[in-house]
Amino acid sequence: MSTEIANMHGEAGSRLYVWVWIYLLALTALEVGLAYVHVFSTTAMLVVLMVLSIVKAGLIVAYFMHMRSEKMTFVLSLMPSVVLVVSLLFAFFPDSFRLFELRVQ
Amino acid sequence: MAEARVGQLSATEWDGAASPYAVSHKKLGMWLFILSDTLTFSALLIAYSYLRIASDNWPTPFHLWPSLVMAIVMTVLLLSSSLTMVMGVAASKRGDTKRAVRYILLTMLGGTGFIILHLNEWRGLINEGVRLWHNPWGTALFGSTFFTLTGLHMAHVASGVVYLGAVAAGFARGRFTDDDVEISGLYWHFVDLVWMFIFPLVYLLSLGAR
Repeated sequence: MSTEIANMHGEAGSRLYVWVWIYLLALTALEVGLAYVHVFSTTAMLVVLMVLSIVKAGLIVAYFMHMRSEKMTFVLSLMPSVVLVVSLLFAFFPDSFRLFELRVQ
Repeated sequence: MAEARVGQLSATEWDGAASPYAVSHKKLGMWLFILSDTLTFSALLIAYSYLRIASDNWPTPFHLWPSLVMAIVMTVLLLSSSLTMVMGVAASKRGDTKRAVRYILLTMLGGTGFIILHLNEWRGLINEGVRLWHNPWGTALFGSTFFTLTGLHMAHVASGVVYLGAVAAGFARGRFTDDDVEISGLYWHFVDLVWMFIFPLVYLLSLGAR
């Protein structure tokens, strides 16, 4: 076990986890605030919320799920494939705009 | 570092050393399950977004009170339960069984609170006339996507609570190791992670006009 992983289970690790938790709560508060005051258009809002959510997901995976202290071979075997496949799921997505524009207004 | 872990085998991980990932088979299995579950939830979330953009009468029934406030409380509950879970994993790695079990029980409490609030919200929506196939405000797809998405997520939380209970009981009696606790933690954090996407997409973008 590397010293980094060993450290994450001690006092320093607990403090780190609490900080990650505080960041996650702060990002959530930011999301709620932006959504409530309606500062952006719906499309811009969607983009901003998704970026913030991906940051939150990254924090959870890296720190809570310990991806940061796993071997790079493991990370590279898991992460790129899932990112690629989720991106491919968007292949049909432009059709939704087309459908919306085709309908009788 | 890699050399030391592989032991007498000098092959690098790319040449198929003894343990190229340096994780147990159970942990690899859980990660593979999480990846496949990621795709399930991604497909549902993308289908929801697709249908929503393609519909012109999507209802926005959520208001600050009670829907948004409840959803925020549920988000905080899940995030906090992730914190207690990771503390439980750390305690189990230190060999502090008592504290680990206590943290896992706290995590289960957070999950149960989440389910209770969520079911209460479902009850409210059902009382207002929302069904899988129709609702009083707009396209019927609202009910179909909402209940499918949140229902599948709630099923994950519920099975997570049961899973954590089994792991806590086994760990307390010495049948499970700290590795098993960590693997159950992976599942729990994943359930939390999925909510980080459901919350903005389903709730924040469905806020009604003030």
